[in-house]
Amino acid sequence: MSKIHVTTIINGDMAEFLADPRETLLDCLRDHLGRTGSKEGCGTGDCGACSVTLDGVLVCSCLVLGVEVEGHRIETIEGMANGSELHPLQRKFIEHAALQCGFCTPGILVAAKALLERNPDPAEEEVRYWLAGNLCRCTGYTKIVDAVMDAAAEMRGAA
Amino acid sequence: MRYHRPTTLEDAVSIAATASGLTRFLAGGTDVLVQMRSGMIIPDDLIDLKGIAGLREITTTAEGGWRIGVTISGAELGSHAGFRRDWPGVVEGMQLIGSTQVQGRATLTGNLCNGSPAADSVPGLVAAGATVEITGPNGAREMPVEEIPVGPGKTSLKTGEIISAITLPPRGDNGGDAYLRFIPRTEMDIAVVGCAVSLRVDGRTITEARVALGAVAPTVLLVREAADAIVGTTLDDDALAALAKAAAAACRPISDKRGTVEFRTDLAGVLARRTARIAYDRAIGVSK
Amino acid sequence: MNMRVIDTKFRLVGTRPNRPDGLDKVTGRARYGADFSLPGMLWGAVVRSPHAHARILKIDASEALALDGVKAVVTRADFPTGLTGEDWNLQENTMAGDVALYDGHAVAAVAAASALLAQDAARRIKVEYEVLPHVIDVDDAIKPGAPAIRPGSGDHSVPPQEGVHPDMVRHNVVRNIEFGHGDVEEGFAQADLVMERTYKTEATHQGYIEPHACVGQMGEDGKGEMWVCTQGQWFIRRMCAAVLGTDAAQLRVTPSEIGGGFGGKTTIFMEPLALALSRKAGGRPVKIVMSRSEVLRATGPTASASMDVKIGMKKDGAMTAARAEFRMQGGAFPGAPVDLALYCAFAAYKIPAVEHVGYDVLANRPKCAAYRAPGAPMGAFAVESLIDDMCRELGLDPIEARLKNAVREGDKSSYGPTFGKIGLVETLEAVRKHPNYSAPLGPNQGRGVATGYWFNHGGETSVSLAISEDGTAQVSIGTPDIGGTRSSIGLMVAETLGIPYENVRVNVVETGALGVNEPTHGSRATFASGKAAVIAAQQAIGEMCKRAAGEWGIDPEAVEWYDGAARPAGSNAGKFPPMTIVEIARKMGSTGGPISGHHESVPDGVGNSFGTHVVDVEVDPETGRTTVLRYLVAQDAGRAIHPSYVEGQFQGGAAQGIGWALNEEYVYGSDGRLQNSVFLDYRVPVASDLPPIDTIIVEVPNPGHPYGVRGVGETGITPPLPAIANAIAAATGVRLRHLPMTPPKVLAAIKARADG
Repeated sequence: MSKIHVTTIINGDMAEFLADPRETLLDCLRDHLGRTGSKEGCGTGDCGACSVTLDGVLVCSCLVLGVEVEGHRIETIEGMANGSELHPLQRKFIEHAALQCGFCTPGILVAAKALLERNPDPAEEEVRYWLAGNLCRCTGYTKIVDAVMDAAAEMRGAA
Repeated sequence: MRYHRPTTLEDAVSIAATASGLTRFLAGGTDVLVQMRSGMIIPDDLIDLKGIAGLREITTTAEGGWRIGVTISGAELGSHAGFRRDWPGVVEGMQLIGSTQVQGRATLTGNLCNGSPAADSVPGLVAAGATVEITGPNGAREMPVEEIPVGPGKTSLKTGEIISAITLPPRGDNGGDAYLRFIPRTEMDIAVVGCAVSLRVDGRTITEARVALGAVAPTVLLVREAADAIVGTTLDDDALAALAKAAAAACRPISDKRGTVEFRTDLAGVLARRTARIAYDRAIGVSK
Repeated sequence: MNMRVIDTKFRLVGTRPNRPDGLDKVTGRARYGADFSLPGMLWGAVVRSPHAHARILKIDASEALALDGVKAVVTRADFPTGLTGEDWNLQENTMAGDVALYDGHAVAAVAAASALLAQDAARRIKVEYEVLPHVIDVDDAIKPGAPAIRPGSGDHSVPPQEGVHPDMVRHNVVRNIEFGHGDVEEGFAQADLVMERTYKTEATHQGYIEPHACVGQMGEDGKGEMWVCTQGQWFIRRMCAAVLGTDAAQLRVTPSEIGGGFGGKTTIFMEPLALALSRKAGGRPVKIVMSRSEVLRATGPTASASMDVKIGMKKDGAMTAARAEFRMQGGAFPGAPVDLALYCAFAAYKIPAVEHVGYDVLANRPKCAAYRAPGAPMGAFAVESLIDDMCRELGLDPIEARLKNAVREGDKSSYGPTFGKIGLVETLEAVRKHPNYSAPLGPNQGRGVATGYWFNHGGETSVSLAISEDGTAQVSIGTPDIGGTRSSIGLMVAETLGIPYENVRVNVVETGALGVNEPTHGSRATFASGKAAVIAAQQAIGEMCKRAAGEWGIDPEAVEWYDGAARPAGSNAGKFPPMTIVEIARKMGSTGGPISGHHESVPDGVGNSFGTHVVDVEVDPETGRTTVLRYLVAQDAGRAIHPSYVEGQFQGGAAQGIGWALNEEYVYGSDGRLQNSVFLDYRVPVASDLPPIDTIIVEVPNPGHPYGVRGVGETGITPPLPAIANAIAAATGVRLRHLPMTPPKVLAAIKARADG
């Protein structure tokens, strides 16, 4: 089984790796590119812990093969902060204690960011349904939703 | 596993027609990758369709219907205002599949070809009277969508055949469609029962209707008796009761980890009523 | 909406600063079990039995070993023999011996150069089985004549099989307990109403999002290293050493950040396999990451239970007697938490006569592990549902009836010990006052109330604290941070030392750095590690006062610590300006050396935690689907060191309880195989399933802890099961006694009632 050379752009930087065609994008990010922020919680697209954006679209990286991203643009949790400046969502998550074990947090942050880019003023119900594919077993989601709504409000105020 | 990324439909067909062993097409990958990961299906040849130009478009047909390319994702389908306006039920069915993340990749065609009896997008397509264009080694042909699934995990496609487009007929005036499913949670479950209704009215009277049920038989059921129960009526209580009865009678469900025979049969009737109501309201212009 | 009953008078304790590991966790930098790699590392994969019960006839790994890049295969033959007791159980679960005991039981493992290669190799290992009859349900397993699982596993409480009448031989009962006090028959005779019902719950999984993962390395000299996501690195060390026959002190276990545990990561599953493979592969490190399907099939779900409860009550609600018989299966190994379930069952109430009988039963299912207040949710489901039905029958308000019987300080508990200061009454009263309790209800809606309890735990604790040269402090604790304990410990230490919160760094350390610590379980981390950290800080303070005294030439007894500095205690001691921690630390090298404090103990003074929940639901009468509209948790935290993380525990426990009540269960086919081993059909609550969960932190300080802390992590999962059952009963008029209360079950019950 020979590997395939893939060139892609991750968080704005060019990246290349060798992928077995059966490896998922998640496998490649974690094992070949040292970006362990995206997590595998299920491998079946049911938990969202592996969420990234692919050409700006929110996807589960466990449902994309590494070889499929040749020439495409990927954004992961590692690219969410702007250097040392956290994204408002990241700040609000810490402030609101919207994480306990923190394992689902990268996936939820990436998903929430995608929501706010699409709708800067979501109602609470829309936030919950948008995040239905991001499982959290620790928090019961209350503080997560509070943090997202608060970040959205701050981002609207600053805009 | 050999990964292929052909740039034309002809190449894709040719690879599939001549491959030995297990072959799978890859559009969104939301079923194929799960099957690969679990070790259930490890293809010898994986043919990625996303490098083929022209497959990622939604266009109108000469008759005023719609042609949907096979690599259009659920998210793209849902954000197409024109298509959504004509066939909200078809969009609903597609967009209920999985999560927001899954919607970023999953496709109508993939959902159809995976052959699950509970596929969310299929009842709406069947109720709408959709057809599929199949390209194979012997050329292209057109078929009603309900003839594609033949059993759990199985389609009627032959070796080397690819669905190259899904076509929706024109909506026609005073028409409306809807899809509802029952799941125990609010999201993220496979449909225990799914129901799609597409109908047209003259004034407040239903003039034509198609009722399709999912997850209550090995393939989606197009229930003629259920449609007959409401055609010529204003969807009054008697018509709704007859509709529910016909829907329940048509079911041939199994008991499994998602529902019992009895539960699915009851729900088929309940959903038929609720779905018809929404399609009707859309047709008469109450809610769009 | 969140409320607290008592205001804090502390500078830091009770505030809500950012947690110190927050930055790492919101940027993806934090490293969990699967995020660690080593040079030369191999990947491991496990071969698992597809049968619920089968004799293993032959294992042929030749085809796998012939693959390029496959470096080692282990089977039970690579493990020592002669283990007994729980060590034997652990070894047997880690790798099957002669018999595969459940679908998913490990029978072999392989290490190879890549994850995909390891999985391909695992598929090529051929195992021959002789399938045996199996049994799954606890009530089937306890019957005489059920397929016998691991004969001889019972303890002293179970009669040996020979010499006992054949009709009485219940093969799979491995433990039988009975306890109580008073005369229950007399008590039932005095009651105005006696009700007796049977309740069943199904097995559920803790459902942590992070699958088990470890990197293990062991040389042929038995020295080893492990990186693993765990709630208890000392437990992992001890258990791996026992199973492998190596010395505990030669194995150093480092805990990674952990992506949830809830009790399921306090024990071993595949960790010894990584070490065994490593040793066989010439000492190369081996990484094993479980798939979600392996997690559900082959880690430690909770037990399933079948419970008979009988209660006698007077017209005014006073309980006169109660009896409980619980049967629980915890898999093919002893350990179903039937004892804990019975201890908690009536713990909230002062009942003159109580009788408890329990059976721990084997079944062909995975070895159960702790799941957040193990056993207590099941018992609460039964008892609180029955009390609710009895209140309905007698026309009593559910909160008033509970207040009438509620235990208070000084009362003897149903399971023996006398209660110290507790806050059950305060939680009931808090709920009664809350707007949720009087919110109007519409059609098909109903409200349910229930109370719950967990004792909490002390356990072996070792903590070390050191003052740095710049006057900041570092604390080494042994309890992994699952939900914000670094923050709580930091607050307590900073409070004690009188320094800024930011000046304390809390490190969770590996087994080589401290004495033994029990895991982060039993709701003990903030209590036990916190108490030890405070004592260690006080010890360091004592030393710093001594240094100041030395410089001032006065008696150390005449020096006190205030606001981060040493000062003379009273004007008689002398006139010296305060000497700050920074000043003392800067010269400690020349005043006597490094300044530390440490504390080791099994702390007493554990504070029990009671909680009361109220939930409103709406049930669709045509589909049986339940929607949770409102949820309120009131629970006694003793003192909330960091209120946000206390609220988080309340909300998380409630969410798990909601899932357990409505949708979560292990579904087995007639072949004994688990049918729902992925998150698609093992249905945990998603964000759109839940309303905002409101909380009330009740504070009845625990005198056994310097800041009044009670553990809070576990009690929160004990009321939801009955609260929701009670709400559904209120909404529909039907009482469900078998969890989960899925739509098919609810609809069937509604229809049965309509049919009369």
